[in-house]
Amino acid sequence: MTDIHTMPVHRPRKTGTFFRRNKLVIMPLVFIAPAFAMFSLFVIWPIIQSVGLSFVEWQGIGPKTWVGLDNYRELWGDRVFWTSLVNNIYWLVLFLLAPVMGLFIALFLNQNVFGIRLVKSLFFFPFVVSQIVVGMIFAWFYDPAFGLLATLLKPLGIGIPAILADENWATFGIIVAGLWPQTAYCMIIYLTGLNSVNPEMIEAARLDGAKGWRLLVKIVLPQLRAATFIALVVTVIGALRSFDLVAVMTSGGPYNSSNVLAYYMYDNAISRYRMGYASAIATVLFFIMNIYIVWFLMRLYKNEKGAR
Amino acid sequence: MFPRPIQETSRRRQLIYKVALPISLVVWLLPMIAIVATAGRSLSDLNRGNYWGIPSEWAFIDNFMAVFGSSSVGTYLLNSVIITLPSIAGALFLSTLAGAGLALYKFRGRFLILALFIAGNFVPFQILMIPVRQLTLDLGIYDTYWGVILFQIAFQTGFCTFFMRNFIADLPFELVEAARAEGVGEWKILIHIIVPLVRPALAALAVLQFTFIWNDFFWPLILIQSDELRPITLGLTVLKGQYISSFNLLAAGSLIAALPPVMMFFAMQRHFIAGLTLGASKG
Repeated sequence: MTDIHTMPVHRPRKTGTFFRRNKLVIMPLVFIAPAFAMFSLFVIWPIIQSVGLSFVEWQGIGPKTWVGLDNYRELWGDRVFWTSLVNNIYWLVLFLLAPVMGLFIALFLNQNVFGIRLVKSLFFFPFVVSQIVVGMIFAWFYDPAFGLLATLLKPLGIGIPAILADENWATFGIIVAGLWPQTAYCMIIYLTGLNSVNPEMIEAARLDGAKGWRLLVKIVLPQLRAATFIALVVTVIGALRSFDLVAVMTSGGPYNSSNVLAYYMYDNAISRYRMGYASAIATVLFFIMNIYIVWFLMRLYKNEKGAR
Repeated sequence: MFPRPIQETSRRRQLIYKVALPISLVVWLLPMIAIVATAGRSLSDLNRGNYWGIPSEWAFIDNFMAVFGSSSVGTYLLNSVIITLPSIAGALFLSTLAGAGLALYKFRGRFLILALFIAGNFVPFQILMIPVRQLTLDLGIYDTYWGVILFQIAFQTGFCTFFMRNFIADLPFELVEAARAEGVGEWKILIHIIVPLVRPALAALAVLQFTFIWNDFFWPLILIQSDELRPITLGLTVLKGQYISSFNLLAAGSLIAALPPVMMFFAMQRHFIAGLTLGASKG
């Protein structure tokens, strides 16, 4: 016992294998513990608590009443829940335009001409701006009376509806606003990816007569797989996380037509004090997200095993 | 290089490209240009219905002065700084330690721990919202800077640990082995060998985290109630109510909110992109 006690105090001159083995087990725990403790307290444990809350009725204060699956049953019959879920699917599907447009913008900008670095930065910069600002910019842009969009389209004889006040258009108006920074994000991922494409393979394919689309699809895209993967992951997460834009542009309206699960959850918790019901919505969103998280982790695990 | 360098194509195509480039940039940034143009418009122009025509005068300075004078935007900016900087420092500190712990040692369950850090970072905020709010109430830090700061440190540590761990795992491991053979302690290895080598990663993370935390809207919305503690993202929604009929001032306020991360991005561009595209060029 005394041996063990003195070990951390004395610096070993000659490394004994026994000490070494212990040191290499204890140190990583010491290094990881603070981060893991914080992360568990603020992230992992709250997830478990939220899932638990989805089985109770609770107003935020006072007693919690166990209601079993009642919150989920109520969700099943809740029209706003289904509208929000369908809107989330619109977000997911339309957000997939971001990697596609990002790829094409990256291809367009992947040239060596004067000032291209500044142009790339300017294309990217919607991503750096807060979503709250993006939301306000687009709300102003869409304004049917004063907005730049209406002003530009009027001479062409195209009248536009009040996009954010129209039940049929509001969601799409917000998604377009969301696509703006998301496309910029995907563009920068692809620009980096294009940097590391093997030029010899491209030259070889060119000598074989491949060009344009065929060259892109057969030779370039396979080499951009890692970039595509990252772009897809951040886009899906971004689509399911949509909250800020909805909050600042429409607050889910008109008549909940532009609501999404994230915002509907918040609305139930903060405006209606229905913590249990809100937790059930959050749990549904969480499980949808888990499909992608598991996909990401499985791929990562495969890479890890390949690497070592 | 793909696509084929424009210099190798016909002169006509080169010319088309050089014209298309600025045009596409203007179209891409049109909503942004609109807000900048509005921020410089005088109230008299707006009242006359002159929204997009040639302005009778440029009122940039007047508008910015008016925003600072008539709203709490100065306080909001300061609050954003007070929340953002300690959050970055905390997350970088914790994640350097944890990243080293996960990269330099082989032990059972290390992938599981890494996976938890990554997965936790992808979850929707709403699944954390009610318990985290309750937690800050229990700890007595609801409606204080500390509530947001501690949460941001904890949450961002997930992504930062993933990042640091990958960066440290790519360092030449022989350095660590040589030091261990010399009998150098693990703490000294971390401080004298690893930390100097991860400086570029720390820079990349710091810039990235600055924009993430500065631009975050949700957590201050949930954890802060007092107006005098609000960061700029929340403050903007206050301005939105306040300047309902003077959009030029709201536009100026939006620009003020957007400016710090934009400046950070242009100043530290290389680091920023290195952080953002981690993994996009390998694996």
